[in-house]
Amino acid sequence: MPPKYHIHTSRTANRFQLITKSGIIAWDEGCLKCVRCVKKDCVYKVYEKRGIDTRQMLESLDSVCMDCFRCVQGCPNKLIHKGLNPSYKELGDHYWTPEIISGLWYQAEAGRIPVSGGGYGGNFSGPGFDAMWTDMSEIVRPTRDGIHGREYISTTVDIGRKVMALEFDQTGALETTPPPVVEIPQPILFDLLPWSPPRKGINLAMLEGARSLGTFAVIRQSEFIPAMEEYLPNIVLYVDGSLSDIDPDILRRLRLIEIPYGKGVIASQKVLKERHPGLVTIIRMELNPYSSSNVLRLTAEGAEVIHLVADEYGLEKSGKPLFIKERVRKIHLHLVDKGVRDQITLIAGGGIAMAEHVAKLIICGADALSVDIPLLVAMECRVCRRCREGISCPVELETIDHVWGASRIRNLMAGWHNQLLEILGAMGIREVRRLRGEMGRAMFFENLEKEIFAALGKRG
Amino acid sequence: MAIKTKTLKLPEIRPVPSRFRNALGKYRVTITKSCNNCGLCITLCPYSVYKAGSKKPRVAAEHLCLGFPCKEKDFFCVNKCPEKAIQLTINPSFEILGDRRWSADLLASAWHMAETGELPYQGLNYKTGNSGGGFDKLRFIFPKAKGLDVPDEEISTTIELNRSGDSRPSVTIPVPFYFGGMSFGSVSIVTMLSRVKAAAALKTFCCTGEGGYPEELIPYDDHIITQIATGLFGVREETIKRVRIVEFKYAQGAKPGLGGHLLGDKVTSRVASMREAVAGSALFSPFPFHSVYSVEDHKKHVDWIKETNYRALVSVKVSTPSDVDMVAVGSYYAGAHIVQLDGSYGGTGAAPDIAKKNIAMPIEYAVPKVHKFLSEEGIRDKVTIIASGGIRSAYDMAKAIALGADGVCLGTADLVALECIRCHHCESGRGCARGIATTDEELTSLMELDWATQRIINMYLTWQRQLISILKRLGMRSVTELVGRFDVIGHLDYIKQKDLEGDLDL
Repeated sequence: MPPKYHIHTSRTANRFQLITKSGIIAWDEGCLKCVRCVKKDCVYKVYEKRGIDTRQMLESLDSVCMDCFRCVQGCPNKLIHKGLNPSYKELGDHYWTPEIISGLWYQAEAGRIPVSGGGYGGNFSGPGFDAMWTDMSEIVRPTRDGIHGREYISTTVDIGRKVMALEFDQTGALETTPPPVVEIPQPILFDLLPWSPPRKGINLAMLEGARSLGTFAVIRQSEFIPAMEEYLPNIVLYVDGSLSDIDPDILRRLRLIEIPYGKGVIASQKVLKERHPGLVTIIRMELNPYSSSNVLRLTAEGAEVIHLVADEYGLEKSGKPLFIKERVRKIHLHLVDKGVRDQITLIAGGGIAMAEHVAKLIICGADALSVDIPLLVAMECRVCRRCREGISCPVELETIDHVWGASRIRNLMAGWHNQLLEILGAMGIREVRRLRGEMGRAMFFENLEKEIFAALGKRG
Repeated sequence: MAIKTKTLKLPEIRPVPSRFRNALGKYRVTITKSCNNCGLCITLCPYSVYKAGSKKPRVAAEHLCLGFPCKEKDFFCVNKCPEKAIQLTINPSFEILGDRRWSADLLASAWHMAETGELPYQGLNYKTGNSGGGFDKLRFIFPKAKGLDVPDEEISTTIELNRSGDSRPSVTIPVPFYFGGMSFGSVSIVTMLSRVKAAAALKTFCCTGEGGYPEELIPYDDHIITQIATGLFGVREETIKRVRIVEFKYAQGAKPGLGGHLLGDKVTSRVASMREAVAGSALFSPFPFHSVYSVEDHKKHVDWIKETNYRALVSVKVSTPSDVDMVAVGSYYAGAHIVQLDGSYGGTGAAPDIAKKNIAMPIEYAVPKVHKFLSEEGIRDKVTIIASGGIRSAYDMAKAIALGADGVCLGTADLVALECIRCHHCESGRGCARGIATTDEELTSLMELDWATQRIINMYLTWQRQLISILKRLGMRSVTELVGRFDVIGHLDYIKQKDLEGDLDL
């Protein structure tokens, strides 16, 4: 058994004031100056703790309020109210919702998973990942207690091509040379960012984070700078220029390299393997309706790893795009059908926004995932996308200290790792490799709705 | 099994206003300085929104204001005020109250019913929330015909909990619901006792949860379900012998497949002694029962209780995995009288958000699945199916029954009656700031037992009346006729107008 994977977290404060869902509105006019003001009775001592954040000259009140409404309901002249914070509503968009963004902030700051009282307060279901539920083991199947550490659940996955059978010669000596495989302790890699302010510090934070977590960050060849050399064992170098431009010394120290899908991609893979046989090559490919057949063909031609990339909303490139989980399901099942699924590693990414998406996409057939925007959000990004228009970043991401950024990223990933353990534990699954493609242990909205609700309201 | 129609001797409804100075409602009423204190508004308003004051009338109960629809009435104070001193607006705080499942409307409706024992009239949607699916998209299809024209007393809402035909006593409850487990420790003793007393008044049951059987509950033994969960906290032979129903909690819908966790802050010395643990240290209930790894082990569990208490019925509480139907059959064959299905959107004192949202299926799917499967097995009428996990209103309750449950188990709704506002912070620091889910002495003292008991009684009597009115509209004389009637409900996304034989209750 491998040594237990543990992520060290430490509380890492925000640089900017949190945008909270609601704010306290208190009027002074009409105040009776009660001897004992309800503000003094606050259970959470919010009014006593209040202060001014000197950096932004903002009141700290709203970020500590716990929405108990005691002061609202207690003030004799009804001078205190709570109102929706308009800046909260404006965070992100329909996919990267304010709830998702603030949940990521919490995890990045606290290094803890979100726990709350009361039942679930969200929608019954929704599009994309919200249209499935994961299974649990009732009564007769033992579950695993991974989170409190009493039982070990492995989240390790292998990146590389696998041999299906070993071959021996007549003397019994092994003839097969197993291809190189890279192990990562949790099924997540850090991907290229779809947008960001100037990212020298951001890249370094991602690399520092990746190194401390034992995983990888994809870095463009064109953005590689000498300061990154110490991170080479945790870099997936994305070849956005020419193969021949890669310094042989750098290449030798890499474990993973990524090349874009296109004509001659297998030939390029061959060239790289000749130069560094221990290297695992990832083929980066946009997700589209032809992905199933393309992946099958590449698998037959000897590809090792395919990285399927959807857009930042998890959609493939098509006039009528499928969501990443649907397309990955189809690709996975197509490969299973052809009997070659286990030869190849599938990494999928785009629109991965929450810990639950990791488990759900693996259930739908991915071996590992790539994440992008959540890493920026860990560093307080508000998903306003103004950087894409060249407008300055409201949280000055270009100025971050990479050690601070790495700590935030590590906290977030620790939260995701623990949440993955919760899901695996409930299902009674001991390792994440066995979760891959376990669609029978998931419940899909489209099946259940049809089975249960479409039949209602019919006589006889 | 035929059930004798029984008339429920109802406890009385007594008005119990909010324990906070300003009750929260949909509207905000303010009187400006130009008021000359003529007192006309006080006389006009039939909802007692105003009380007399020395300089101007006091807006004492704006949550009872009819709101904008009042414009049509001849007692509309805003227009009648000679000084035009009254302003009516939407309460700005209302916008951020509640969540998708428990909308501000549902919360305010529950508070209204708990206060007055009447249906709300302020234009609040008291039937559905805003979750966009499940119960919130299911509607009754009422026949065109007028429905039964009989007094409420002639409609039975009684259900039998022992349908097994074994030699154990029949246990009937005059309302098709009981109250689910909330342990001492997760809620205050006042909350716990008020739920138990309300259950006794309504002649139904309340479950102890996993945290022991405080001696204050002993006078209500006949209305208590004692729970045995994986931590076995507070389980003793004498507590099992004391009650009419014993419940095995295998799993909880809010965190299926995960154990329970009581944070150290909530483990006071009283909680600790009840649970035979150490004050201040967090307590874990493991998952699963480490004595059960097969259906045979499960049967051994049930037999153990049946041997210990010869008159007890056994209930098995499970959550809703993909094979929930098999779990229900297994539980029945192991000898359970009641199978409680706890759907994934159910309540909890604390659970990881990822578990609440994603693990196991909502109760709206699980109940019909189990009902159909047990019917096909030919054992549906031998076992009582209780649905729980996200039943927020009388309409949810009736829909769950139409989907195939015999009755429902409630939890969060009781707490809302006690003025829970769903802030989701039950678990933090000293616990619930509103004194419901806490063991902090000062916070516990925010609520009085009689107040709390009556609030719960008021709300559920209102639910019972709503259920009776639904049954009448459907032409049914007993709630048992509603069980599994897939034909009387439709889902807004799938029902076609041309197939409708009746009116959708929108």
